[in-house]
Amino acid sequence: MTPGHQATNVLPLKTDEDVVRLRKQVREDLVSLGFSLIDQTKMVTAASELARNTLRYGGGGEAHIDQLTNDGRHGLSLSFVDQGPGIEDIGLALTDGYTSGGGLGLGLSGAKRLADEFAIDTAPGRGTTVTIAKWKKF
Amino acid sequence: MERIPILRMGRLLLVTIQVDMHDRLAMTLQDDLTNRIVSDRATGVLIDISALDIVDSFIGRMISNTAAMAKILDARTVVVGMQPAVAITLVELGLALEGVSTALNVELGIKLLQQVNR
Repeated sequence: MTPGHQATNVLPLKTDEDVVRLRKQVREDLVSLGFSLIDQTKMVTAASELARNTLRYGGGGEAHIDQLTNDGRHGLSLSFVDQGPGIEDIGLALTDGYTSGGGLGLGLSGAKRLADEFAIDTAPGRGTTVTIAKWKKF
Repeated sequence: MERIPILRMGRLLLVTIQVDMHDRLAMTLQDDLTNRIVSDRATGVLIDISALDIVDSFIGRMISNTAAMAKILDARTVVVGMQPAVAITLVELGLALEGVSTALNVELGIKLLQQVNR
């Protein structure tokens, strides 16, 4: 996504408790990078949504946390990776309210709105990787 | 099994969520609240979320579902203490929290519930 980052922190997403741990880790990283409270809240919420998707629809997977730097700006990038069934219709999946699993259908589209950057790499049978990033405002 | 305690005050049920709930715990709370509304013949449920620094769509749905079930059982639900950053995020997330009244704090929330107490 952008040049210059430190080692990736990989967290498993196999249980409900893993999702809680991920929220905590993301919050800690955002605090240490000096993000505002509102930006912290948006990003941790987005992370929670995507982590849940990985667990519920992706059959479990992992989260990759990267601290980013670009031209003196600091940011945090989160990737949610699973080897699950993949998403057939990304456009449909990104529609507010669309759910294949009885949820609210706001997780993917919501995460996109809450983050500064959003990317999704998925195909049926190929698993899914969703990446979001937020940059600290000056 | 861990549970979130539910307190009773007259015909009102009070819950304060002070932990970062995993999904199972949230579902258990939803079930426990619904059961208690029936067993205690409660007319109101107050959910204090002042300690929650995030409310995602799963928790949001748990709250909405609880309010919907409470309504069917002739009880009203009030959520209190929503943190400003949480409110902003919920709007951006597109989460409406329909059927849920809100109040600034526990005291005002109880007043609100007692207004419709019969």
